[in-house]
Amino acid sequence: MNNQMFAATQLNQKNQRTEKLVQLLFILMASLLILPVLVILATLVVKGGSILSIDFLFTDPTNGMTEGGIFPALLGTIWLVAVALIISVPLGIAAAIYLSEYAPDNWFTRLINLAIINLAGVPSIVHALFGLGAFVVFFGFGTSILSASLTLAIMTLPVVIVSTREALQAVPHSFREACWNMGATRWQTIRRVVLPNAVSGILTGIILEVSRTAGETAPIMFTGAVFFSPFLPQGIMDQTMAMSLHLFVVSTQVPGVPENLPYGVALVLIGMVLLMNSVSIAFRMHLRGKKKW
Amino acid sequence: MNIASKEKPVKLAIRAKQLNLWYGTFQALFDVDLNIKKGMITSLIGPSGCGKSTFLRSINRINERLGYVRIDGSVEVFDQNIYAPEVELVQLRKQVGMVFQRPNPLPVSIRENILFGHKIHNKKSGNRQQQDEIVEQALQQVLLWDKVKDRLHHKATSLSLEEQQKLCIARLLPVKPRILLMDEPCSALDPKGTEAVEELIWELRGKYSILIVTHNMAQARRASEECIFMLMGKVVEHTPTNQMFVTPAQQETADYIEGRYG
Repeated sequence: MNNQMFAATQLNQKNQRTEKLVQLLFILMASLLILPVLVILATLVVKGGSILSIDFLFTDPTNGMTEGGIFPALLGTIWLVAVALIISVPLGIAAAIYLSEYAPDNWFTRLINLAIINLAGVPSIVHALFGLGAFVVFFGFGTSILSASLTLAIMTLPVVIVSTREALQAVPHSFREACWNMGATRWQTIRRVVLPNAVSGILTGIILEVSRTAGETAPIMFTGAVFFSPFLPQGIMDQTMAMSLHLFVVSTQVPGVPENLPYGVALVLIGMVLLMNSVSIAFRMHLRGKKKW
Repeated sequence: MNIASKEKPVKLAIRAKQLNLWYGTFQALFDVDLNIKKGMITSLIGPSGCGKSTFLRSINRINERLGYVRIDGSVEVFDQNIYAPEVELVQLRKQVGMVFQRPNPLPVSIRENILFGHKIHNKKSGNRQQQDEIVEQALQQVLLWDKVKDRLHHKATSLSLEEQQKLCIARLLPVKPRILLMDEPCSALDPKGTEAVEELIWELRGKYSILIVTHNMAQARRASEECIFMLMGKVVEHTPTNQMFVTPAQQETADYIEGRYG
């Protein structure tokens, strides 16, 4: 035997080259994903960064919305998101707990699952019209934060349900068996063992929902958000301005807006979402660091 | 075949009468008649799929949550039919504890693992001192107290597998079970861990009636007083352990013990 025994054959070399090429291709494709994010952020910062200031955030728009700040819109978005969360989070988590922990595999469960999938696929403008018909007109809530938030909540429910269900299912089955075998009821098991260990996953779903809710325009246009309001909302039955609609308005509907204003609005909106996301990531890492199995 | 019925009066922990069990259309148990004595360690052996785990799981009715399990016949635990309609599953499972193949401590502290059963079964979980007592007693019983007494607040999952399995046994004890079911309790452990857990099981003999499913013939021989051999969902033989391993009554038993199939 000579020491050539483990040397590469021609075929090996060819395979190696293909391997490298393929790897490069995949890295390239994956990196392409970062590109749009960077371009969007860079454009916004370059074109809208100059308008950002504390005053911009905390003053009202003036002079037919061509000057001044965005405070009513900012506050309105916070209202809308908060009320939508108050509605959709308990509902979504309860539904997910039922589906993950209690539901037997029968036609009824399958029907619910089908409904969730379809709800997720409904275009947001359809949600908007539904919200208009159901909450504004039928229930008589009028165009208000309540109507808009209810519409947003229904639209984002599938996200909360699906992510919560996945978080619950990620908790090892052996924990449940251990509890049941000590005579714990299902609810005791869920409350003491399953939920505490699923918190980080559930949280992720909620944050995702926040991001989506903050940016939606169509569902709130007909149901509670207004073009311009001289008053800040005082309660959930008031109308409100909102960031997403405001962005739409200053970009397309109002003449004579300086170029950096819409970019500034977009930058603040995206900044809000990114901030929420990073807070959630930090919180999740903190929680995950504490659990081990 | 069944010596228990001859030696009366013997207190029985578990009595299965003509127990048949189906998973959907598949019949897993055929006319199982067994009398398992109180305070003894009884082992269940047999090849994979012979129904030994199924039988074990029908004693605390944990099979039922699968939804497609059908049962015919009866299982009595301390002379009470556990399939009677008035039986409360929570009470049954409190009395009949179960230990699994893989140790499954909950992802909380050692102390909280022990107190879990106590807390869910009592409205008031007692003061600190009472809780400390419960924890110490349970851990003493499984010979773990000296090892872990200084780190009761550590995560249970930080223990070695052997210690985790002992903890899983210990956490059953505060709710005062009368029967312990063990489904291959040592198969995830190394030989040393196996020895330690076997020693513990032997130690618990008399205080609890213990039923162990095992694949390990040597373990059945070392760590049990009576032995049941099952095959294809039927009970082939139920005798004192040493008798089964020295003079098995049935040809199938002899073949299995000598490793001709399995």
